[in-house]
Amino acid sequence: MTIRTARPNRGQHVPPRMHCLKKLEAIVVEMQDPKNGVKNSVQKLNVTTIPHAAAGNDIIAWINTKMKTTVEEAQVFGTMLVAYGYIYPLKNHNKLVMCNDSSLYRFQTPYFWPTQKWVPEDSDYAIYLAKRNIRKKGQLEPYEQTHYNHLHEWLNHKWEFIVMQATEQYKAGRDRNKPDRVIFDCQERAYWMVNRPPVSLWLFVRGLVCTHQWLLVKKNVFYQQAIMRSKVKSSVSLGALVKYITTYKNHDPFLAPCQPMLSPDAPTKMRVERWSFSLFELLTDLRGRDDFKIFLKKEFSGENLAFWEAAEELKWGTASSMSTKAETIFKTFLAPGAPRWINIDGRTMGLTVKGLEHPHRYVLEAAQTHVFLLMKKDTFFRYLKSPTYKEIQKKALSPETHSFSPAQLQQNAQNRSPGIHPIILWQQEEEEKAKAAAASAPVDVKAVMSKIDRKK
Amino acid sequence: MSQDPLEGCRISAGKKSAVSLGKALHPPNLLVVVEGTCGACVAASPVSAPEGSCSYNVAHHHLCVCVRVCMAWQGLQKGETLASLKQESENLRRKLEEERGKLTDVELHQVAEKVETVAALSIKTRRVLKGHGNKVLSMDWCKDKRRLVSSSQDGKVIVWDAFTLNKEHGITLPCTWVMACAYAPSGCAVACGGLDNKCSVVPLSLDRNENVTAKKKSVAMHTNYVSGCSFTNSDMQLLTSSGDGTCALWDVESGQLLQSFHGHTADVLSLDLAPSETGNTFVSGGCDMKANVWDMRSGQNIQSFDNHQSDINCVKYYPSGDAFASASDDATCRFYDLRADREVAVYQKDSIIFGASSVDFSLSGRLLFAGYNDYTINVWDVLKGTRVSVLFGHENRVSRVRVSPDGTALCSASWDNTLRVSRT
Repeated sequence: MTIRTARPNRGQHVPPRMHCLKKLEAIVVEMQDPKNGVKNSVQKLNVTTIPHAAAGNDIIAWINTKMKTTVEEAQVFGTMLVAYGYIYPLKNHNKLVMCNDSSLYRFQTPYFWPTQKWVPEDSDYAIYLAKRNIRKKGQLEPYEQTHYNHLHEWLNHKWEFIVMQATEQYKAGRDRNKPDRVIFDCQERAYWMVNRPPVSLWLFVRGLVCTHQWLLVKKNVFYQQAIMRSKVKSSVSLGALVKYITTYKNHDPFLAPCQPMLSPDAPTKMRVERWSFSLFELLTDLRGRDDFKIFLKKEFSGENLAFWEAAEELKWGTASSMSTKAETIFKTFLAPGAPRWINIDGRTMGLTVKGLEHPHRYVLEAAQTHVFLLMKKDTFFRYLKSPTYKEIQKKALSPETHSFSPAQLQQNAQNRSPGIHPIILWQQEEEEKAKAAAASAPVDVKAVMSKIDRKK
Repeated sequence: MSQDPLEGCRISAGKKSAVSLGKALHPPNLLVVVEGTCGACVAASPVSAPEGSCSYNVAHHHLCVCVRVCMAWQGLQKGETLASLKQESENLRRKLEEERGKLTDVELHQVAEKVETVAALSIKTRRVLKGHGNKVLSMDWCKDKRRLVSSSQDGKVIVWDAFTLNKEHGITLPCTWVMACAYAPSGCAVACGGLDNKCSVVPLSLDRNENVTAKKKSVAMHTNYVSGCSFTNSDMQLLTSSGDGTCALWDVESGQLLQSFHGHTADVLSLDLAPSETGNTFVSGGCDMKANVWDMRSGQNIQSFDNHQSDINCVKYYPSGDAFASASDDATCRFYDLRADREVAVYQKDSIIFGASSVDFSLSGRLLFAGYNDYTINVWDVLKGTRVSVLFGHENRVSRVRVSPDGTALCSASWDNTLRVSRT
């Protein structure tokens, strides 16, 4: 047995049902104890007597004493044992309940217990039905006959194998002695009663057919979409991955050690270098974003970035604030004559404005992508060549690499202050945002005029 | 196929029967949940099968029937039989393989030949965070690169300062097995969830004496355990994965479900958000051995990879967002290229036979840290496919490995009740 092929023990992810079943199993084992278990009876079948049976009322009485419950509770517990297939009734095999009378039950062999990891598959069921068919032609119940016909169609490609297996099992069964054969037949029948319960014919078939068809259709649609999706040549995509690694190689602390800690104020040379890798890096680092804003202010093209930021806030914001945000954005950036009107192509503008009639989270997606691409392809490169960026490159620190001994490092760490708590930073940020929003609010002409009047 | 969505729901078996329409999950499909008594037993109980499952396979005798009805499915003509659909499925699958094959002009190890090898690493454990009373199941770094949150089997969630080893906050949840925890991007809250089928958000405060547990707020509700959670780019949205086979996007403030993602046919064990500038996709891995890439806007499954041979425990995006890695119980980690739409590398060794529970990339993406159930962490060279280093030290299986946001340190959480922070 290789550890790899055995079904892994999902210790931490045991599905709840398995838990209960394991407990049930422990009890079932106790019940079968020859000394302290349930009292044994025998089943009389025509002439033969088959042992290892138990009467319903005996089982319930045992559960009663063992668990100190009432008779009703014991009966429910007994029914559960029958329902999950640990005990099966000998008469009325399709009624999976425990009755408090002298009707006989037998314990199911551990091979057929639900906690065994093998799943009751269609092919197994097909073999079972085929075997029954061989033994007594035309003796299948109507629902079983329907199953059989359906499986014959569905598993047609394996049918020879199934019939072969069934014949083998039938022959092997004939070699057993009568009591064993009867017991095994009952066990198998009980197992399939639990796993393939009889249901209304028409409904069942409809359900089966519908489900299969539906799943296949869904799979086909998925394949078609996958085929149509644009894919890239491996040389291109793998080349891009290698390029990414090479670009960031010197910034990876595990590959190029001795990276000193980043201080919140003056950025280091490495950090500034990282801003030049992509617009995404620049914007993700808030310090870089601020620097970019300074540059944009000089160019009088700050509205693109402001729009992008506002769109991000809309996308990731709370559901309740969406409509107000969308309205503010429209008034500030998109309406004709807006104070910070962004220059996007007519088609995108049309789509966005139309979408804003019924605003949802992703309504600005098209416009935001357009603006981002604009910034990426044009503004970003101009920024990298600009005096603003060059200045900050000069100012950037090149901290000396320390060579502390491990003991010193330990001490430094212990003496290190907790730094600014992120909550405080966040509060400061919110305050600044509020101030900025107040400052950039469109000037209310009337208020200014009335102020001037009052002064007069 | 009939147009009447309720056809097939008039049950004749059983004494009691009630039909309730489930919500329209993805038009034009309907999920119909049926309650009723089984002709074979007395008890009755409500039943619903997860999307995509073959209901009649459920080995639960209380189930009468759960019928899934397609309403006016475009393309499903009356004449289409199962056989023709199966044939079409085979043809499409072969065509997809063909298309993929045409674009495979080079393999990863060939491209990697031109890259220099990684120098020998000496990674040492610098901190051991002790304080949990039971197995540590999950952890996450804060964006400030020094704080982290961890959750354990005894229901405790602790926020640590990794430099000073201070425990800043301790949250006690009423359930055990807190399998998922995440730090909010602002650093002002943490999310945690597990066997209670919920994911809750707890706002943190500066006041040490304040009882943070009291302000806990349930955001996500699933029908089975929560296996993973992650905030999106803001504190306001939470993405969760669950044992009920679905992932879901929630609005934190109102607890509203914004989008649900159906497609896995078994428990979903892990998810990760794409770091790209568009940030609209995420990848999930589950017990059905599949790793699926989803579009957050539409809820659609855009790509799927089924190369693993056992449950996928963890998925993680490559830093550029164009690839991702997965760790599985089949003792391998695999690397997938999203633009070429295929698996490009498998990281395995004959001497590694225990499953991998967690993976994370270093900052440049050159190194892949993988935690295994044999108590070790293996460091793989992503390009060349070789193992660079092994980290020992844990005394029980490693449940989670995460590289800090600035890439300087690696934190590993383990069932030996400790967390270790390591760096070169």
